[in-house]
Amino acid sequence: MQIPETLRYSEEHEWVLVDDGVATIGITDHAQEELGDIVFVELPAIGAELAKAATLGVVESVKAVSDVYAPIGGTVTAVNGALADKPETINEDPYGAGWLVKVAVADPGELDGLMTAAQYRDFLAGGKA
Amino acid sequence: MSLPAGVLRGGLLPEPLIFERSTPGRTGADCDPHEVGGPAPDAVLPAALRRDDGLVGLPEVSELDVVRHFTRLSQWNLSAATTLYPLGSCTMKYNPLVNEALVRAPGFADLHPLLPDAWAQGTLELMDRLADFLRTVSGLPAISLQPAAGAHGELTGMKMVRAYHEDRGDPRNRVLIPASAHGTNPASAALCGYTVTELPANQAGILEVATVREHLGPDVAAMMVTNPNTIGLFERDIQAIAEAVHAAGALLYCDGANMNALLGVAKPGDMGADVLQFNLHKTFSTPHGGGGPGAGPVAVSARLEPYLPTPRLVRDADGLRWSEDFPKSIGRVRSFHGNVGILVRAYCYLRALGGDGLVDVTAMAVLNANYVRARLADVLPLAFPTPSLHECVFSDRELEATGVRTLDLAKRLLDYGFFAPTIYFPLVVPGAIMIEPTETESKQTLDEFIAAVRAIVAEADTAPELVKEAPHSTFIGRLDETRAARRPILRWQPAAAK
Amino acid sequence: MRYTPHTAAEIDVMLRAVGAASVDALLAHVPEGLRQRASLASLPRGIDERALRTELASLAARNRTEALTFLGAGAYPHFIPAAVEQLAGRAEFATAYTPYQPEVSQGTLQATFEFQSAVAALTGMEVANAGMYDGATAAAEAVLMTQRLRPNRPLVLLARALHPHYREVIATYLTGIADIESVEVPYGADGRTVLPAAELLRRASCLVLGYPNVFGVVEDLTRAAAAAHAEDCLLVSATGEALALAALRTPGAAGVDIAIAEGQSLGLPLAYGGPGLGLFASRERFVRSLPGRLVGETVDARGERGYVLTLATREQHIRRERATSNICTNQGLCAVQVVVYLSLLGRRGLANVAERNLRGAHALAERLRGIGTLRFSGPYFNEFVLSIDGARRRWQRALAAGVVAGLPLGDWYPELEDALLLCATELHDAAAMERLAAALANDLPPAASRTEGHS
Repeated sequence: MQIPETLRYSEEHEWVLVDDGVATIGITDHAQEELGDIVFVELPAIGAELAKAATLGVVESVKAVSDVYAPIGGTVTAVNGALADKPETINEDPYGAGWLVKVAVADPGELDGLMTAAQYRDFLAGGKA
Repeated sequence: MSLPAGVLRGGLLPEPLIFERSTPGRTGADCDPHEVGGPAPDAVLPAALRRDDGLVGLPEVSELDVVRHFTRLSQWNLSAATTLYPLGSCTMKYNPLVNEALVRAPGFADLHPLLPDAWAQGTLELMDRLADFLRTVSGLPAISLQPAAGAHGELTGMKMVRAYHEDRGDPRNRVLIPASAHGTNPASAALCGYTVTELPANQAGILEVATVREHLGPDVAAMMVTNPNTIGLFERDIQAIAEAVHAAGALLYCDGANMNALLGVAKPGDMGADVLQFNLHKTFSTPHGGGGPGAGPVAVSARLEPYLPTPRLVRDADGLRWSEDFPKSIGRVRSFHGNVGILVRAYCYLRALGGDGLVDVTAMAVLNANYVRARLADVLPLAFPTPSLHECVFSDRELEATGVRTLDLAKRLLDYGFFAPTIYFPLVVPGAIMIEPTETESKQTLDEFIAAVRAIVAEADTAPELVKEAPHSTFIGRLDETRAARRPILRWQPAAAK
Repeated sequence: MRYTPHTAAEIDVMLRAVGAASVDALLAHVPEGLRQRASLASLPRGIDERALRTELASLAARNRTEALTFLGAGAYPHFIPAAVEQLAGRAEFATAYTPYQPEVSQGTLQATFEFQSAVAALTGMEVANAGMYDGATAAAEAVLMTQRLRPNRPLVLLARALHPHYREVIATYLTGIADIESVEVPYGADGRTVLPAAELLRRASCLVLGYPNVFGVVEDLTRAAAAAHAEDCLLVSATGEALALAALRTPGAAGVDIAIAEGQSLGLPLAYGGPGLGLFASRERFVRSLPGRLVGETVDARGERGYVLTLATREQHIRRERATSNICTNQGLCAVQVVVYLSLLGRRGLANVAERNLRGAHALAERLRGIGTLRFSGPYFNEFVLSIDGARRRWQRALAAGVVAGLPLGDWYPELEDALLLCATELHDAAAMERLAAALANDLPPAASRTEGHS
């Protein structure tokens, strides 16, 4: 299971990478593995305002539905349109081509509430998932 | 077609889609449009309202083509008539053939629903007697036969719950539902505008009255309970739960999906139920039809009686008639009067068995389920060791080391000639395997089934790949559900339209 | 009669395996107080198959199905070829359940896929589901679906000329869900719905029109679609007589967003109004908002074509309180019966049956000219409204002669007290039409016998 050191993580198994005030958000390797083969992704509209912990979208496998929550608040500046035709990209490359949305971060301070890779690894090991 | 025609596999023939058998100009049944004269369509319908595509997309085949096609398709199904169909929670008992013959009598089949009531007294009488049977079985004083299926009955019942509270000027917005409930329960509650609070069961799989009390409040409209629950366990606290629910001003909804365990054993009315939906296709043997039609009559307590759907059957000096004269009714939940063809079959079943036969149904259903449980408990762990009634639920947790999961075990059972149990439900049991043999299965059949499950558990150790790649003997192999969901193909289209 | 097979000896062996002294002991954990009151001794004792046949025959004989009726109004008498019930009634179809194990349920799955394809073709729509309970509940589910697609429009527009059962069921389904207002849209002198003003359409999630409507009149869906879409309102067409779709411009071609229908006309017996079958079709882009089951094509491990239930995450067993509908068991076998019927008739047969209906109804209207007049000037298919002096009196009179002269519309529409809704299908020949004409022409006072009510 991959947990890149460069990212921050939420307890709901989202990852965040902030670069120049824009956060790229996706679901973790653990999350995609738990869901199984992903068949459908529902993403917000560009321009949507997301509060931290608000529902950002939905990821579905054949027999499960999972809400994705915004690990950090802000305005949606881009969504990964390629997932509509190839949702399996999330399974294949959750931290890369399988990203979900980009958000212009409203409050960079919110990042501090998220886990580091080491903390997320402990969180998963603690069975609290 | 995926195989060359004429290749017999396991005694079955391949068969393309009916559309792929078409020959332009062919028809299996026809009608002379000029038989009674009358104007041509273009003389009375303006072009903008007329269909002009020659019904493209419908088949063009002969009657024999149709007979072969659907006969072949039918042979690809396992069914309760073919083999044991131990689908837990679905009560796949034998569907008596005499009922199929009787419902097809022209006196029932050709009856228009808007005929004057006096002209339909046979069917009305049958419905009234069926209602009496169901009132007695439920221990509840009033009933509607209108709902078309169990979930439709739930919707009807919860609409009545809402009407009751609103009528009292105390609209409430929350419903309590155990985590082990069928998905239809929360979905039906949501369709009535309620939010849902899920309640956990205790270590024994039983819902405790303390848990219910903890979640009750002035905003709770109802508690929905399945008893016995979806693990097959009788909710022993049910009367105390009912008392607590009523004390909080809420109502008790009983899901009747598992009534096959209760005939002559306990009446939902005595448990304190205010609403109960029956599933006639489960308890009262009407064929499941590959997914309906069923029927979901709803019985209610006196306080909910004014809210029953209309029209309602009433009896006066001239006989039975339909009445709309119930101002507090929630109104109609469907067109006409119900899935009457299903009601006729259920009546036949109840009449044939009688009170004595119904008691025997539950006794034998409980014996069969406990027999399967006892003979498998040493090779598969029970979800809960608590005594159970008409079904038994196992978990796949001891198979973990072999890599074989519940799904694999289910698929391998198909190779042994049985339909699979209900799997991965209830959600509260990891890798659940839910078996409901029903009362109509013989000891010989149960022994064969038990032997098959034991053999598969042994295979999981000795030849796990054999199990994981099952089924091997079916007409078609394990199907790619991911592909179906990723790029849905939901219809056949003529080549030109693709 | 009993369907429980065990001998006493077998029961003993089984009880020993279970470790129970008696069957009763297996029930001992049910509270005693409940068990004591659970007796079913007040029910009659069971009877054997011969006695059952006798009893049912005597009940069936009390239904007067031998009468000549011109009733439609949401349930239509049509000829059903013998092959339809023989094939759909095969035990392998009838006694299976929801195809949770596709490898041993391909018969039901492929037949359902064919049904979806045939419904899409019949309605001219892109996708159809595996069926709903009936036309009225399908209409209600369609209205709820438009609320999901247009979540900020708490208003629905229902044509007054939509079948009253459909309107009532929609009203029942809507109660308790947020505050959705429903406005009734009136009909005009031609029997067609007067299209609502843009201001109403702009606030509504949908406009629901009968097609044909309850008066048998064919609405202009193309115009309605243009008006609705101009305000981003969805158009729902509700067809009570599915056969009409073989003669009329399809809802799909007219621009409808959701087309629902009662499928009973397509091979299902009247059966006093049920089981019927709700047909439900829509646009591909709305597929994830559809209620009910869907069967999709895929391949098996060997790469061979097969069918599975798909897009199930919309449904109650996965999404629970957030499902698109609570529907579980639907009308599966009725869908098989309908696709057998549609296969037998096919393109030519179905077109001819539809034409026969249209010609027959118009021939009947012509025959009744002078006895009554057509109430509405709009085009119709196999059902029309006849204005006639003393409609109820004449209807009673005809009844005494064994003829049910359609439905007196005053029960449903007080403004149509002097009107009868009459339907003629391929089952009505010239002699039947003569009998009706003769019965209706008779305006003598009703017989002294008691009047007969109807619902």
